[in-house]
Amino acid sequence: MDSITYAPATGALSSMWLLVAIPALSATVLLLLGRRADKWGHWLGVASVLASFVLGVTYFLQLRGIDGTGNKSLSVDLFEFIHIGDLNVSVGLLFDPLTAVFVLLITGVGFLIHLYAVGYMSHDPGRRRFFAYFNLFVAAMLLLVLGDNYVMLYAGWEGVGLASYLLISFWSDRPAAATAGKKAFLINRVGDVGFALAIFLMFATFGTTNYADVFNGVLASEAGQTVSAGVLLAMGLLLLLGACGKSGQFPLQTWLPDAMEGPTPVSALIHAATMVTAGVYMIARSQVIFNANETAQTVVVSIGALTLLIGCVIGCAKDGIKRVLAYSTVSQIGYMFLAVGLGGGAYALGIIHLLAHGFFKAGLFLGAGSVMHGMKDQEDIRRFGGLWKYMRITWATFGLGYLAIIGIPPLSGFFTKDPIILAAFNREGWTGWLFGSAALLGAGLTAFYMTRLFVLTFHGRPRWQKEGEGGAHAASATDAHGAHADAHGAAIARTEDGRDIQHPHESPWIMTVPLMLLAVGSVAAGWLMSTSVVDWLTPVFGEHEEGHAHLTHTQVTIATVAVTVLGVALGYLLFRGGTSLVEQPARTHLVRAARNNLYADRFNELVFELPGRLLTRALVWVDNRGVDGIVNGLAAAFGGGSGRLRRLQTGYVRTYALSILSGAFLIVAALLAVRLG
Amino acid sequence: MNDIQLPAIDYAALLPMLIVFGAACVGILVEAFAPRGWRFVIQVSLTIGGLVAGLVAIIVNRDLEITTIGGAVTVDGPGLFLQGAIIILGIVSLGLIAERRLERGGPFVAEAAHAANSDGDKRQEREPGATEVFPLTLFAIAGMMLFCVSGDLLTMFVALEVFSLPLYLLCGLARRRRLISQEAALKYFLLGAFASAFFLYGVALLYGYAGTVSLTGIREGVLQSEQSGILLAAGLALLAIGLLFKAAAVPFHVWTPDVYQGAPTPVTALMAACTKAAAFGGLLRVFNVAFETTAWDWQPVLATVAILTMVVGSILAVAQTDIKRLLAYSSVANAGYLLVGVVSLNGAVGSSLFYLIAYGFSVLGAFAMVTLVRDSEGEATHLSRWAGLGKGSPLFSALFTFLMLGFAGIPLTSGFTSKFALFSSAWDSDQSVLVIVGVLSSVVLAFPYLKVVVLLWLNPPGEETPTVSVPSMLTRAVIFAGVAVTFVLGVAPSFLLDIVADAGPFLAK
Amino acid sequence: MDGYLGSYATLGVLLVVAGAFFVVAYTANRVLRTNAPSAAKSTSYECGLDPAEGSDWAQAQIRYYVYAFLYALFAVESVFLFPWAVVFDGLGMVSVAEMGVFVAVLALGLLYAWRKGVLTWT
Repeated sequence: MDSITYAPATGALSSMWLLVAIPALSATVLLLLGRRADKWGHWLGVASVLASFVLGVTYFLQLRGIDGTGNKSLSVDLFEFIHIGDLNVSVGLLFDPLTAVFVLLITGVGFLIHLYAVGYMSHDPGRRRFFAYFNLFVAAMLLLVLGDNYVMLYAGWEGVGLASYLLISFWSDRPAAATAGKKAFLINRVGDVGFALAIFLMFATFGTTNYADVFNGVLASEAGQTVSAGVLLAMGLLLLLGACGKSGQFPLQTWLPDAMEGPTPVSALIHAATMVTAGVYMIARSQVIFNANETAQTVVVSIGALTLLIGCVIGCAKDGIKRVLAYSTVSQIGYMFLAVGLGGGAYALGIIHLLAHGFFKAGLFLGAGSVMHGMKDQEDIRRFGGLWKYMRITWATFGLGYLAIIGIPPLSGFFTKDPIILAAFNREGWTGWLFGSAALLGAGLTAFYMTRLFVLTFHGRPRWQKEGEGGAHAASATDAHGAHADAHGAAIARTEDGRDIQHPHESPWIMTVPLMLLAVGSVAAGWLMSTSVVDWLTPVFGEHEEGHAHLTHTQVTIATVAVTVLGVALGYLLFRGGTSLVEQPARTHLVRAARNNLYADRFNELVFELPGRLLTRALVWVDNRGVDGIVNGLAAAFGGGSGRLRRLQTGYVRTYALSILSGAFLIVAALLAVRLG
Repeated sequence: MNDIQLPAIDYAALLPMLIVFGAACVGILVEAFAPRGWRFVIQVSLTIGGLVAGLVAIIVNRDLEITTIGGAVTVDGPGLFLQGAIIILGIVSLGLIAERRLERGGPFVAEAAHAANSDGDKRQEREPGATEVFPLTLFAIAGMMLFCVSGDLLTMFVALEVFSLPLYLLCGLARRRRLISQEAALKYFLLGAFASAFFLYGVALLYGYAGTVSLTGIREGVLQSEQSGILLAAGLALLAIGLLFKAAAVPFHVWTPDVYQGAPTPVTALMAACTKAAAFGGLLRVFNVAFETTAWDWQPVLATVAILTMVVGSILAVAQTDIKRLLAYSSVANAGYLLVGVVSLNGAVGSSLFYLIAYGFSVLGAFAMVTLVRDSEGEATHLSRWAGLGKGSPLFSALFTFLMLGFAGIPLTSGFTSKFALFSSAWDSDQSVLVIVGVLSSVVLAFPYLKVVVLLWLNPPGEETPTVSVPSMLTRAVIFAGVAVTFVLGVAPSFLLDIVADAGPFLAK
Repeated sequence: MDGYLGSYATLGVLLVVAGAFFVVAYTANRVLRTNAPSAAKSTSYECGLDPAEGSDWAQAQIRYYVYAFLYALFAVESVFLFPWAVVFDGLGMVSVAEMGVFVAVLALGLLYAWRKGVLTWT
């Protein structure tokens, strides 16, 4: 690849900082005005994201207007943060085709979800605060994709982490939400440490973190071997650790399902469509570093393949509608990692899958939110069933999202997942067969658990009692079966045989309109994007020729569709009759393991927490005996010295004058000694 | 007898100082003739107007580089920057001086000379304060401005006295705790006079050596003079002592804690921000212009003073129990950091100027916040009284915590960027030992700051926790300016770093 | 008697002579006088007033200070006025104006003192 240059932005694009500034300003206003903005604050939040979206479209059109040979990577230098000696950190923005699609995704889908949240949060007293955090998230996410150096990427990275933490634990009076927020925060720290170390390594190696300079440095080193392969590998792996933390990849995936404790729009925007894909963005952006080191790429592919299977297997065993979707997110991001790890032409495939996933997964989450909205915030799919009659729009849009995610042609998942499976098969050597099979197996499992989810929720006999039918027993039954607390603290009444008493209804238009728009996206996006976006991204990822092939496109397509249909059929046959309200005893180890999230929490406990705890214990010991001794000794020494010196400060002018005089004597003597000596 | 020529005077170059001096003189007339009820308003607007006009004149002059009135005044880039810095910091500290809501009649009394606790003194504690503080402040600021652009040592001495005398008086005017205020004024005066004598004696010896008192003349004299080097060395030493006294370097710092504690807090703020800027402006000019060529002789000695100042200042800050004394010792330690800049000569002039601005705003903000914590006796400055303030006054405590973290040099504050700039340019000037001592001492110095933070947030409130008073817009503006500049210079210091880089070296022709 | 301090030789001789004179005079006095001490003779002399009783940390009237200060002000003024008076003839109106400004600034202080009533002795 030739060296990388960014052209200075002109025209409208020179004001691209507005993209970040508008939502940030809105968040500030909402937080500062406090209750005064309660009445109209949510509309300000929606308007600011809409404004960013309109700007994003404008910039996108301008970028598209640049003809084929022109440099499509435009940058703006805002100001120098610090420039002292060799250290130079500047704040600059970069708008290139990769950034452009992310900006459109974040602001476009973000706008729809904001709109949806107006309805979803309408009864929540903290709605203004919610929108402030939501705007903060959008601003940070845009900063993340717009920065032209790794320090700004890191700043956005931490910003979205903060917003995510605030929003997961938004209902902080619920212990589960508070714990989930903390868990997300802590696990992300593990990844962030890796990312920060990678940035330090860049500083040390290249003296800068600007994308262009770092990438050119890597390219130059490939030619001249100036930077050792070990350094590049370390850089790649550290970046990957950061990406795994943010994107919920093995072994740091456990926080993501717990993050569903946040309000559903948060799950849709942050934990499905945008933030969790930041890791994919980071790897795609750092493609030069990963391309330069095959080992790092292999690690990325392996993690992607492993995670996509983990996500599928656990997804089969979960009963919460949002939990299943969360594990499917984990699994789908696994596909994206797989794609960007394959390198070459697969980068663009990973990105288009990311975009398509942004649409259908946001739609699925919002649909799930709509279901919960109509079902008194119940989220256990065993307690649904037959809902299609009561919420037809939700059913239809959710169904389209479902068909899209399992990859039924011609919906978007087909156009984006299929090429990834093909690319995996066509990786050189035996690993191609391995990763390809994993991806194919994942497609079948996805079809199975998504069918289970869809059928249990919308079809079959209702496993709940309609309000007013047999309600005579309801009041007394509530206590007998234990009150079930919903999101807002109210209890759902139960019948004698343990069924919820429900009054299902369709959500208001402000929630269904985004659903419909996202469904349109789920249907159309894949076909629209499968070629155009690949071409669009060519300036970023370069041209790639088809490598050698284990299998042809047709073979893979047939195989994929076959396993998908198999998964759907299996799912439908098993679950069309509904399911028991209580958990079935786990008969196999796999089921038990899957219900326990494949022991990932225990794994993390062993790998991260236990050593951490042992280390802490050891450190506490060392700290108490050694460091505290030294520190306390030092403090005592300073304190004592301080106290002793203090005695010189008698308060008498004569003592002070004497001090000055003796100082003067010493200085004169010293200077004379220097002069004469 | 007619061979005496009047020196040419470039009035444009002198205009900023003439404006401020003129405003001060008008202020005296106002005191003499304006009706009592009107004086406060007239004085405040006159003072602010004069300072702003002076600032405008400085900005107009920004590219000027000239020596005028027969070499008495040298207007150059760093000089103008320092003048501007002093005026801006002066305007900000004026917000504290003019504050009248916290204390009925303002923080000052009318007459310093009433014996403490005498009947007359008790009576004036209840009366509205005199407005003479405004012309006095203007004279002090004008003197500081002249001090920074003095082209010869005699002008420098006159300027030194012009800014010192009003400060001595202002120190004695505190409304509350009159006795330690008067004690502070007297101590400052006596020791200041003592130091002035050293300064003057140094000037005499240098005149004997070089045959001139002009800074550039001394610079040339070093190369040509046939006089004994003893005169140069002793003169340099004595001159330096006079300057180091004002800068509060160890062992000439002894007055600092007593005076900072006793003086009315607005005056303490003025001294910590403006006097520090003026004193280091003078030090930088003298050592960069007059003694640059003899650097090998004095650098080791001044480096030793710098090390002593950093170490003693930060260690003594650890044991302080009074917030004003703590800030006083931190000001001593900061003088040590700035001395590192002086020792590094031309390489660190820019970063020293940056440091002065950054430190000045932070310290103004901190002292402004000190004025708010009050009980029936006035300001409650003992640290034990500050325990648990975070519970009742979270905003106050958060802002104060931010300033403390700024002093401690945490990134994203000006404390970090300014120390970083200063130490890295000193490192480039091969002052590695000083930089290492500086970094270590700032670690020690972080301890007392963090102690205050812990005290604010984690300690349980005492039985009589003082209240945080609600000030008028003036003090709020000062706090806002202090916090905002501390933050902005921590996040985006480049524009100011560019300005100080453009200011260039001192004019040594 | 060469070198830097050479020109100060005369001054040195003068100092030695002065010191000798002082020592000789006092020694002669001591040898020649009669000696009759009394309590009254060893009290401090205060310009004809009775010596102050008790602690010597008594407070002085501020008026003394003000007058001393005003005196110093005009003493300094005259230090500048005399040399100026010798040469202003050749320097023209500019120097007259400048000295006018100087005197005016000093007069400002006097004006202030007068308005504040410190010039009346009550």
